[in-house]
Amino acid sequence: MPSMTNTDFSLSIEDLTVSFDGFKAVDNLNLYIDKNELHVVIGPNGAGKTTVLDLICGKTKSTSGSIKFLNQELTTLSEHEIVRRGVGRKFQTPSIYENLSVFENLEVSYPEGRGVFGSLFFKRSEKVISKINEIAKLIMLDGEMETEAALLSHGQKQWLEIGMLLIQDPQLLMLDEPVAGMSVKEREQTAELLNSISKGRSVLVIEHDMEFVERIAHKVTVLHQGKILAAGKMDEVQKDPKVIEVYLGH
Amino acid sequence: MSFVYDKLLGGKSGAIGLLVLSVIILIVFPMLLDGFRLNLVGKYLTYAFAAISLVLLWGYGGTLSLGQGIFFGLGGYGMAMFLKLEASSPENTAIQSTPGIPDFMDWNQITALPWFWEPFSSFGFTLLAILVLPALFAYFIGVAMFKRRVGGVYFAIITQVIAVILTVLIVGQQGYTGGINGITDLRTLNGWDITSDSAKYLFYYINCGLLIGVILLSRFILTSKFGRLLLAIRDKEDRVRFSGYDVANFKIFIFCFAAFVSALGGAMFTLQVGFMSPSFVGIVPSIEMVIFAAVGGRMSLIGVVYGTLLINFGKTTFSESFPELWLFLMGGTFIAVVMFFPNGLAGLWSQYSPDIIKKIRSTFGMANPELPLSSPGLKETNS
Repeated sequence: MPSMTNTDFSLSIEDLTVSFDGFKAVDNLNLYIDKNELHVVIGPNGAGKTTVLDLICGKTKSTSGSIKFLNQELTTLSEHEIVRRGVGRKFQTPSIYENLSVFENLEVSYPEGRGVFGSLFFKRSEKVISKINEIAKLIMLDGEMETEAALLSHGQKQWLEIGMLLIQDPQLLMLDEPVAGMSVKEREQTAELLNSISKGRSVLVIEHDMEFVERIAHKVTVLHQGKILAAGKMDEVQKDPKVIEVYLGH
Repeated sequence: MSFVYDKLLGGKSGAIGLLVLSVIILIVFPMLLDGFRLNLVGKYLTYAFAAISLVLLWGYGGTLSLGQGIFFGLGGYGMAMFLKLEASSPENTAIQSTPGIPDFMDWNQITALPWFWEPFSSFGFTLLAILVLPALFAYFIGVAMFKRRVGGVYFAIITQVIAVILTVLIVGQQGYTGGINGITDLRTLNGWDITSDSAKYLFYYINCGLLIGVILLSRFILTSKFGRLLLAIRDKEDRVRFSGYDVANFKIFIFCFAAFVSALGGAMFTLQVGFMSPSFVGIVPSIEMVIFAAVGGRMSLIGVVYGTLLINFGKTTFSESFPELWLFLMGGTFIAVVMFFPNGLAGLWSQYSPDIIKKIRSTFGMANPELPLSSPGLKETNS
C-alpha cells in the first residue's frame, strides 16, 4: 500500500516490490535520493536495475510499495502524467526519432503543445528556438541542428536523448547506461555533462563502467537479485566484502 | 501569406506539386475526356480521398488500416440513403404495396420506414451525418484499440474484421440496406437530376475542390508539431510516451480524421456513380485503397492521387481486355512497390526528377540555379 509519510527527499521509494509470475525482480526496495544528488545504481545482470527505472517511470506497475516524488505518489499515475510531474527517463539503447533532424527531435520534446490540438497549433516561437539552441549547445550538438538524427554517431545519439529530456527541465533525470558504446573522449565529455546537469535536480544513473561511476557518483547503491546489497559512497561500497563477492571481484 | 505558403502548401515543392495536380484534374482532364470518361476519373478521384487518409494514418502515423472501406462506405451509404428516400416519394412508388418507402424494403415485406432511415430525409442531417458519423465510429474503434495499446498487425486485422462484419450486416439485412445490390436507382438531389451531364460536370468539380481542400488540410496537420509527432510515434512510440504525451489520443485523432476524409470520398462516389453497394465497403476495396497509397507513395499527399489514378486507369483498361489478368497485375505491382520502390511513384520522382530537370535545362541551354534549402525543420520527405 502506498505509504502516507512525506519526506524531505526528492525521490523516496519505500518497500517497493514487483513480481513477475512469482519471481520478485525487485524485492522490498528502499531508496532515497536528494535534490542535487547524482545517484548511481550498479549491480550484476538481472539485478533489477532497469526494472527499478521502469517502475519509477510507470512502464511497469508495482505489485506493492510506494514511489514518492516531491511527495506525490507515482505508482497510480500513467506514464505521460509521471513525465509531466517532472520525471525524465533515458532508455538503454538510444531512443531518438531517426527520421527527424536534431532540431526537430528537440522541438518534439519541448514541453508545450502536448495535447492533440495544442500540437496542431503549436508555434515555433523565439522562446522555443532559443531554448532548443541552449540545450543543443549543452549537449554539444549545436553544429548538427539540421542533421538527420539517424546519421549521428552512437555517442551523439545518447547525448541527443539526454538533451530531449533536459529540454523538459525534469526534476528527476533517470539515465540507463548513458555511456554504453561511447569512446573514451565521449565518456569524459559525458561525465562533465552529467556533473553540470545534476545541479538543481536529482539524477539517477544505471551504469556498468566502474571508472565512469567513480567519476560521477555522489552515492552508489548496489543491487543484487532485486535487493539492496550495499549503499553509500563509492569508496565505501567498493570495500564491502559482500559487494566484492557478487560483483566487483569478477 | 507565409502561413498559407508554409503550412498549407508545404513550401515551394508542395505548392508546385499541388498546382500541377490542380491543372491536370481541373483543366487537362475536362478538356481531353468525354463526359463518360470524365465521370470515370471523378469516380477514381473519390478513392484518392481514402488513399490520402492512408498517407496520414499509415505513411506518417505508422498505423495500417485495412478497413478504410468502412468509412468510405458509411459516407457513401449516408448520401445514398438520402437520395433513395427522395427517389421513393409516394408518387414514384405508387405501385408498391407500401408506397413511400424504398423499393427494396417493399420487396422484403417491410411496411414502414425503419427509425434510423427517418432522419435521412433531411439533407442537412444527411450532410452532418456524413461529416460526423464515420469519424464518431472511428472514435469508438480508436478508443477501444489505442487506449489498450492495440496496434500494428493486430489493429490492421481488427479493422479488416470490422469491414467484413459491416459487409455481412449490409448483405444480410437486405430489407434495411438493399443487401448485396446496394442502394440503386438514385435520381435527384432536392429535385435536381443528378444523372444529367451538367450535374456530372458540377459534381466532378466539387469533387476536385474537396480533394484539394483535403490535401491542404492534411498538409496543415503534417507541417504542424502534430505531424512531427506522428513520425515520432511511428518511429519510437515509447519515447513519445515518456516525453509526456498521451500517444493514444494522437492516434485516435488521426484515425478519426482519416475516417472523415474517406467518408467524404464515399459521399462523392455515390453522387457521381449513382449507387452504393457493399462491394465498396469490404476487404477488397479496403486493400485496394492501401495499394493506391503504396503505389503513389505513402508519404506523399499528392503522389497517392497519381497512384490512385494510375491503378484505376490500369484496372479499367486491362479488365476491359484481359479481365482475368488484372488481379495478378495489380498484385504484382504491389509486390514490386514493396520490394523495389517503397516510397512509390513519389519516391521515384524525388529520386530522379533533379537529374531529369537538370538534363532538360542543359539541353535547352539554361543555367542551373542552386536549389534553395528548405526552411529549418519544415522539410518533408517528398511532396
